[in-house]
Amino acid sequence: MTSGKKASLYLTLGSALWFGLFIKLYPLARFVTSLIPVEPESHLGAALAFFVYDAPKVLLLLSAVVFVMGIINTWFTPERTRALLAGRSLGLANILAASLGVVTPFCSCSAVPLFIGFVQAGVPLGVTFSFLIAAPMVNEIALTLLFGLFGWKIALLYLGLGLMVAIIGGLVLGRMKLEKYLEQWVQDIPTKQISFESANSSFLQRLEAGSSAVKDVVGKVWGYILLGIGVGAFIHGYVPEGFMASFMGKDAWWSVPLAVIIGIPMYSSAAGIIPVVQALLAKGAALGTALAFMMSVVALSLPEMIILRKVLTIRLIFVFIGIVASGILFVGLFFNLVL
Amino acid sequence: MQKVKVLGGGCSNCMVTYNLIKDVVHEMGVEVEIEKVEDIQEIMSYDVMSTPGVVIEETVVHRGGVPSRKTVELWFS
Repeated sequence: MTSGKKASLYLTLGSALWFGLFIKLYPLARFVTSLIPVEPESHLGAALAFFVYDAPKVLLLLSAVVFVMGIINTWFTPERTRALLAGRSLGLANILAASLGVVTPFCSCSAVPLFIGFVQAGVPLGVTFSFLIAAPMVNEIALTLLFGLFGWKIALLYLGLGLMVAIIGGLVLGRMKLEKYLEQWVQDIPTKQISFESANSSFLQRLEAGSSAVKDVVGKVWGYILLGIGVGAFIHGYVPEGFMASFMGKDAWWSVPLAVIIGIPMYSSAAGIIPVVQALLAKGAALGTALAFMMSVVALSLPEMIILRKVLTIRLIFVFIGIVASGILFVGLFFNLVL
Repeated sequence: MQKVKVLGGGCSNCMVTYNLIKDVVHEMGVEVEIEKVEDIQEIMSYDVMSTPGVVIEETVVHRGGVPSRKTVELWFS
């Protein structure tokens, strides 16, 4: 069998299995809950039904999305992204950079080589920042989890707002002419013309990249998701409505800056923060406050700042934190006001 | 003897990659000199933007993420 045929076969079998599971999930979950001798109307019953249905649903969704993104990622390597951004000026390039941040694979441990690679190729600082803000904050994992647990409106909202913070943050930082606050050795790096040749992968190789992404990502985050759904299920069944409303509700305007400030030093992946957001929302926290908290935790963190300290001076790090935090703060306040 | 460098500033995936290569060459009975490079300026001299990167005889053969065992075996066969 040729590798192309093999790839199509895997793909067909895999998607058939996935769709079968997805369609049968609801009746299956009802069947399982009916086997457990708990009153379906009781708190425990409600919590259990939520757990049996939502946990597999989110994991299934995540597997599919991560698989597709793993394949898409094979086209958007950091090298190609850099080639697309090099030599552009502020403005449209920030929009491009933020959007590429969503589809380019990124790990904060690679933030420094990526930063240098961009600077070296002549990507403007403000554009590089747009990418660096968007990449950890807006990604397929965050979006899928938000979609699976809170619906498409919140997922879309998060995507739009996250991109906005990244675009505007990068534009503002770019306008501030901060090049002189890069570490001296970074400023001394000569700009060089970097040629880009795309690696030609076969379709089978791309599929393999997709499935290894599923193994990698789902293997890492399933614990968080179960925890998140568990917390959600517990709250669903037991905690009185509006418990958090008094101090994280819309009327408490100060809760947004507080949420952002608490979130800055904290470090968590998008998957890890979901349980907290779940808890906050379910207890009556305002949507803007909860989203602002999530963005602040995911986009800004102490470990990442320590990593970036290798290339940015302390002063630039504080400016960076200040601008991104203000953006997130604005988003949170705006949403509490409008919704 | 081939010279192998694993590029990456102390991320967990870099360590995993380093150990994987050591493991594979040991299994295949290939003698190589393997080195971990953590200095960012040296890493950048290979123009590697996503770590871990793997360099064999001064040629970058891998960028970003842990390579599969099959891939590593191909490098040394």
